[in-house]
Amino acid sequence: MTDHSPDSSPTPSATHAHGLRYETLIDGGKHWSFNVRAGTLLRLTDLTGGANVGMLFYNPANTLERYNAPDTLKCQHTFKLTRGHCLYSDMGRIFCSIIEDTHGWHDTVCGNSTKSAIAQRWGERSYQEFRNDWTQNGHDAFLVEAGKYGLGRRDLAANVNWFSKVAAAADGTLTFDAGYAKAGAQVGLRFEMDTLVLLHTCPHPLDSAASYPRKPVTVGFSEAEPVAADDFCKNFRPENGRGFANTELYRFCGCAALPAGAPEPAHTRGAAS
Amino acid sequence: MKQSSTLSPSTASFTRRIPAGDYWIHPVKQGERLRIVDVEGNQAADTLFYNAADPFDRYSAVDTIRAQRNVYLSTGSKLLSTSGQVLAEIVADTVGRHDTLGGACATESNTVRYALEKRTMHACRDSYVLALQEHDELGLGKRDLAHNINFFMNVPVTPEGGLTFADGVSGPGQYVELRAAMDIIVLISNCPQLNNPCNAYNPTPLDVLIWDGDVS
Repeated sequence: MTDHSPDSSPTPSATHAHGLRYETLIDGGKHWSFNVRAGTLLRLTDLTGGANVGMLFYNPANTLERYNAPDTLKCQHTFKLTRGHCLYSDMGRIFCSIIEDTHGWHDTVCGNSTKSAIAQRWGERSYQEFRNDWTQNGHDAFLVEAGKYGLGRRDLAANVNWFSKVAAAADGTLTFDAGYAKAGAQVGLRFEMDTLVLLHTCPHPLDSAASYPRKPVTVGFSEAEPVAADDFCKNFRPENGRGFANTELYRFCGCAALPAGAPEPAHTRGAAS
Repeated sequence: MKQSSTLSPSTASFTRRIPAGDYWIHPVKQGERLRIVDVEGNQAADTLFYNAADPFDRYSAVDTIRAQRNVYLSTGSKLLSTSGQVLAEIVADTVGRHDTLGGACATESNTVRYALEKRTMHACRDSYVLALQEHDELGLGKRDLAHNINFFMNVPVTPEGGLTFADGVSGPGQYVELRAAMDIIVLISNCPQLNNPCNAYNPTPLDVLIWDGDVS
């Protein structure tokens, strides 16, 4: 495995111009997790085109509140995710808003690659033989990260697959559009609540590339601009205005949900600065 | 694909009417047939399935639609669990298309979809939670309420990536029939939604029937 420090990563210079507090490179087929505070901007970059970033979201103060793809889609009458959309929890609140997107279409209905599906498509590469160039799968990646917070298979839900376009034909047939990938594509998420984020960079489950796609992404953090009255996401649909109202009420009077005496959760921003 | 069943209601071993706003939770043995009937038409049957031997392994909408490469459910659809096992297969369907993208209504999502002041109206997710509270012998809770099937609901996806809530393609007496591929637990919320034109703002009853595996 190549160890990439932020300085050696092939980061677009424009990214640094936006003043990220911290940026790191995650190779394809890896996983990570972290807490982000409300007001954080998380920016993902598909460096070479064709990356897939699986992502799940939980409320760290009550992990029973989690990302709900059906609510996210039906509240905004959409099948794809792109700029303007908000990612909803099952409690009618917004984990984050997609405030930047140069890709244009992200999937949230196809779930994850699995160990057996990857072995079937590309053959299994064991850790023993290939070290960290083994063929990790999205399902196991999420199980590992979820377990670090006391979560397990019961807590996995439909995830986002950033940078992966899957379209449905009139008869409902799903097609993974490999040609839609763009080197340098970026998506920026502004967090509206404190959120636990699980992510992996394993291949999209419908990717039929000739060999296991091992596509790197950068993950960067900065402080988001405050939400203005004319915010694009908040005003994207009337539903989002109500989602923001629910979230603002929670932030106003509900954030003391951490048990008394509990230590402050370790926030990534603090650790990275 | 539309396909009618050869089974007669007179040979069913179990029949039950589920009023709108109620839940129904029931075991179905491997090989048994379960029919859900849309009695008055365009009524959503919000349905979840659990592996009876391992209830943490439950119906997975994403695994099901990915495996069949299609967002709609109909005759021939195999309903997969999170671990990839077949829980049940749709063996008859007089409607032709059912939704598994839209999830269940919840009091909280109703505030977003309709108005903040709708927060105290009854919703499917509350029926689900009550079902699991009243059947705590199963050891299940809110985390086990995954994305469900909406039998009889029509939620077309557009090629441009939109999601539409179209008029129902179901009608009075239409039904869907499943064959259990293993011992399963079925949990249905008969949707109480009063804000959605899909059911003409009028939730109506569902019937469920079960046939033993050896009945033809």
